[in-house]
Amino acid sequence: MTARTLVEKIWDAHVVHRGDGEPDLLFVDMHLVHEVTSPQAFEGLRIHHRRVRRPDLTFAVLDHNVPTWPRTQPITDPISKKQIEALERNAPEFGVRLEGLLSQRQGIVHIIGPELGLTLPGMLIVCGDSHTATHGALGALAFGIGTSEVEHVLATQMLPQRRPKTMEIRVDSALPPGTTPKDLILGIIRKIGVGGGMGHVVEYTGSTIRALSMEGRMTVCNMTIEGGARAGLIAPDDTTLAYSEGRPYAPRGAAWARAVEYWRGLPTDPGASYDARVELDAKTIEPFVTWGTNPSQSEPVTGRVPDPDAQSDPRARAAVERALAYMALRPGTPIQEIAVDRVFIGSCTNARIEDLRAAARIAEGRKVNPSVRALVVPGSQQVKAAAEREGLDRIFLGAGFEWREAGCSMCLGMNPDILGPGERCASTSNRNFEGRQGPGGRTHLVSPPMAAAAAIAGHFVDIRAWGGER
Amino acid sequence: MKPFTNHTGVAVPFDRADVDTDLIIPARFLKRIERTGYGDVLFQSLRYLPDGSPNPEFVLNRPQYREGSVLVAGRNFGCGSSREHAAWALQDYGFLVVIAPSFADIFSNNAAQIGLLTVVLPEARIREILETASAREGYQLTVDLEGQTVVDGFGRRDRFEIDAFKRHCLLNGLDPIGLTLQHEAELVRFEAGRPDWMPRVAAEG
Repeated sequence: MTARTLVEKIWDAHVVHRGDGEPDLLFVDMHLVHEVTSPQAFEGLRIHHRRVRRPDLTFAVLDHNVPTWPRTQPITDPISKKQIEALERNAPEFGVRLEGLLSQRQGIVHIIGPELGLTLPGMLIVCGDSHTATHGALGALAFGIGTSEVEHVLATQMLPQRRPKTMEIRVDSALPPGTTPKDLILGIIRKIGVGGGMGHVVEYTGSTIRALSMEGRMTVCNMTIEGGARAGLIAPDDTTLAYSEGRPYAPRGAAWARAVEYWRGLPTDPGASYDARVELDAKTIEPFVTWGTNPSQSEPVTGRVPDPDAQSDPRARAAVERALAYMALRPGTPIQEIAVDRVFIGSCTNARIEDLRAAARIAEGRKVNPSVRALVVPGSQQVKAAAEREGLDRIFLGAGFEWREAGCSMCLGMNPDILGPGERCASTSNRNFEGRQGPGGRTHLVSPPMAAAAAIAGHFVDIRAWGGER
Repeated sequence: MKPFTNHTGVAVPFDRADVDTDLIIPARFLKRIERTGYGDVLFQSLRYLPDGSPNPEFVLNRPQYREGSVLVAGRNFGCGSSREHAAWALQDYGFLVVIAPSFADIFSNNAAQIGLLTVVLPEARIREILETASAREGYQLTVDLEGQTVVDGFGRRDRFEIDAFKRHCLLNGLDPIGLTLQHEAELVRFEAGRPDWMPRVAAEG
């Protein structure tokens, strides 16, 4: 048998139908659903008198619109409320399980999938959300789809897809002190660009990736889409197994043993080849801060805002000028002199327990700068409960951070947590696009400890020189 | 889905690379549960001034492009979020075709689902089209999916490549769900052979 990559093995195991000249028809093992990209899909089913073919492989949660203020308070935005109510109506009508606002298992869809064991190695997972790439951390093939495709999967449990090209991103050596998996993925995107992975599925390999915790791997895979690739995977290993065992939906006993046996055969065979390869030395990773309006536009915290005139290509120069104009930054400004108004620690990129611990280590015994409003939003109600058991909420509240209920929050500006026009935010989320966190808002993407330090100092600081290792 | 065979329309030059879906339609406009009515908020932050009036500088607001139906843009168009609302907004506004050197994977899938044609042409050719569309009022392009060509009034003809299956579905306006449902027997066989360790969710409870 020919040597195959991890991605090819998972792909081949999910082909229901392969026809000449047609895309492969793939079986979907788990379809995750949220309130924003599903209402029109359920409506489509209704119009065509179709049912959800496999409610047992479909799982819904409310996350994007959800206010992060106490759940006892009403949802004041009538349009958000209507969208939330649509899923609350559609789920029972079509027999789909929904983790609602009051559920202890509610949270951002990409946080709760792995947390509940709905995401396991070797699975094919889709969701109407581009950050579905997150689930690739477990060695699953997981990618975002649009609403028509959501309807397609609801109705058929299958999806026609062209086989993507494969790209290996290999990272070796240890991550330097003071850097995090967030800095690693920002460094990768800085290298390949926002379109670098287009048409490909990425497999992350190398000693740096192997050494990451599951949560760190999720941060890396999460932002794969920011490099243009729809999915990013990491082969399952002992770290993956230790994470997944005992999760609510993970198999137990003999079924677990059979699963493990299968998973052991998933890693890329020796001699298998990729369509593209990128190599990176983790020693080059520093705490990065984005200065522009796409995630590839970052500099080390010790660097300066770039000068558009350094770009020889007029289009590239215009792009930098446009980004700096939107961000209200002058070329040559040291990154550490950029003052922030808001800090957001949260999102499917960085709102797991390890992220909150890393931020709390910086916040402990310090105070948020009076000029800054800082928000900590756990990625799920389970993360929130775990953090509270460890006393992280006390640390954050004591330092002057706000401590919220789980949701997508300030990542995307569609719930009450938004930036005002012109406000500047240090954010642990994944996109710094114009207006992403609110109209006119200015986003700088950073790691959780860098965000916490910016909240305290009121501007970006190099946590390596600032007790980042304490 | 309405079949797409060919279309002639005014080219609207949007000379920008990496146009993301938040720029095409910000998330705050995704709260609606309908599929239509997004055209008014297409490129909202660029199209309107803070007071809500049209920004006269933005290309869609310039009189010569009001009737434009062929958007021409830079590489990696539609990157970012999976929101199909981006494709809906473009179509609802009146665009039938988007031409760019490359498209983000999810966006091009979404566009195909609703019959919005995405055409890939070489970057150098796109630059020429952008320049001509900016300089010449009423510059039109004819996009022929059957013949896989883009032709302008000056006799310039470009052939474009497109996935044969996608082309077939667009030309015939086929319902992708209907096509997939034809494979029910294979699906039942596949389901019977799935491993037992895969997670299953108990319905509502």
